[in-house]
Amino acid sequence: MNNMNLLEILSYGFIQRALLAGTLIALLCSVLGVFLVLRRMSLIGDGLAHVTFGSTAIALALKLYSAMSLLVSMPVVLLASLGILKLTEKNRLSGDAAIGIVSALGISVGIILASVGGGYNVDLLSYLFGNILSISREEVMIAALLCVGVLLLLTLYYQELFAIAFSEELAKVSGIRTSFINSVLVLLTALSVVLAMKLVGIMLISSMLIVPAASALQLARGFRVCIVLAAIQGCGSVIIGIIISILTNLPASATIVVVNLTLFLISYLVRRTIYTNPA
Amino acid sequence: MHDEIVRTEQLACCYREGRVLEDISFRVQRGDYVGIVGPNGSGKSTLVKALLGLVDISSGGAALFGSPLAGFRDWRRVGYLPQSLHLVNPVFPATVHETVGLGLLSLKRFPKSLNNNDRIKIDDTLEELGIYDLRLKLIGELSGGQLQRVLLARAIVNNPELLVLDEPTAALDPETRERFYTMIGTLNRTRGVTVMLVTHDSGAIGQHASKMLYLDKKILFYGSFEEFCHSPEMSSMFGEHSQHLMCHRH
Repeated sequence: MNNMNLLEILSYGFIQRALLAGTLIALLCSVLGVFLVLRRMSLIGDGLAHVTFGSTAIALALKLYSAMSLLVSMPVVLLASLGILKLTEKNRLSGDAAIGIVSALGISVGIILASVGGGYNVDLLSYLFGNILSISREEVMIAALLCVGVLLLLTLYYQELFAIAFSEELAKVSGIRTSFINSVLVLLTALSVVLAMKLVGIMLISSMLIVPAASALQLARGFRVCIVLAAIQGCGSVIIGIIISILTNLPASATIVVVNLTLFLISYLVRRTIYTNPA
Repeated sequence: MHDEIVRTEQLACCYREGRVLEDISFRVQRGDYVGIVGPNGSGKSTLVKALLGLVDISSGGAALFGSPLAGFRDWRRVGYLPQSLHLVNPVFPATVHETVGLGLLSLKRFPKSLNNNDRIKIDDTLEELGIYDLRLKLIGELSGGQLQRVLLARAIVNNPELLVLDEPTAALDPETRERFYTMIGTLNRTRGVTVMLVTHDSGAIGQHASKMLYLDKKILFYGSFEEFCHSPEMSSMFGEHSQHLMCHRH
């Protein structure tokens, strides 16, 4: 593809689908990531990705492929996210331990089913490492619908999510139903993780949630600004990452993550420069 | 208008390590400024958290504004200021203006959003507390005293009738602490806000509070500041010299 120009590359349907779905999913992950990072729940994405791996193995064992596998993954991952929340309620278990338990359960189910089914097949491997360039038209439609739904809920509950991210204790005394809002947050995260699996795979999913938020936290002067910056980086890194991967024949998922990490490094250095040499 | 703002009846709270509070019965009337004092581990913070529904009550009961706590939903009447150092994540990207705006959410219905009137209310509160110039600063950039005033602005921006403060001056130097107490006293007198303030610093709060509640898992004393100053039980507990220092109003 090295000899093709950019416009020619962008005219391919599979590239357009990858860019559209990738941008939508990145938008969700980066906005949710700001709330998760500030709540110190960053690794929930990793845990839920492992559960998605297990649930996808179940779906493949049931001969449900591609978009149909979401019929199994969605409910299982949604339940797992509520399970993590339940385990951490009233400090029965710390968040990282709860995520670790659910994560281990998901990955072990995946490995057992893959082994029983005669080893890892191509479909299951695509969930390990992601393959955004193989995303189907149906998957793009599902991503678009869910993206609209998740963004609508995030807008409606923005103030409550902001208040709880700032302090759960103060939010409670402001009359906010914190358990309900926590459930909304983990359920939205679960939905986004299931969608993002195809994009970057289990191994790199945390980066979609954490890195744009971490970069935005370096530079943002205000909570809304932080969300906007995270969204710009999330979407920008997917677009740049996909284009670089096509031009260089590198894997798209890893390239997206490398672009994200580069932007984080730049943000970090800019912040250091500003704080070392304030105007 | 209900004049009994807080009522507890034989309230008890337990943690895993055992009973933290027992047989707590007292009433707070409108306009009171109650200083809650006692040694470390005496259950002061647990008491206010129980009153705000933040920790479970094991037995007995509590009511706010005449409504049993379990069914109390009128949180716009309550302002709460916790210990700021425990509260604030230094990298949280909110500005002072955004942070104070969170205090208005108790007045809002779903979907909650702030309008221009709210922004004016936030600015007015910042002016009142002398921190308007800080409105665009990030909360992580503030000093301890500035942060405390911002969190106080957040607690009073919704014009609460009851203001609960948990060790608000723990991280402040003596001069800033004194200014802070004066500010709370002014709110109590000018706005008629009922105040419950937890502190381990009995001497400082004695200069400002109208009532003292001395706690050590049980209530050892509850009454007006004058009664506190003449209580033989308190004299024997603190010694006459310390009691005199606490009670000497400048």
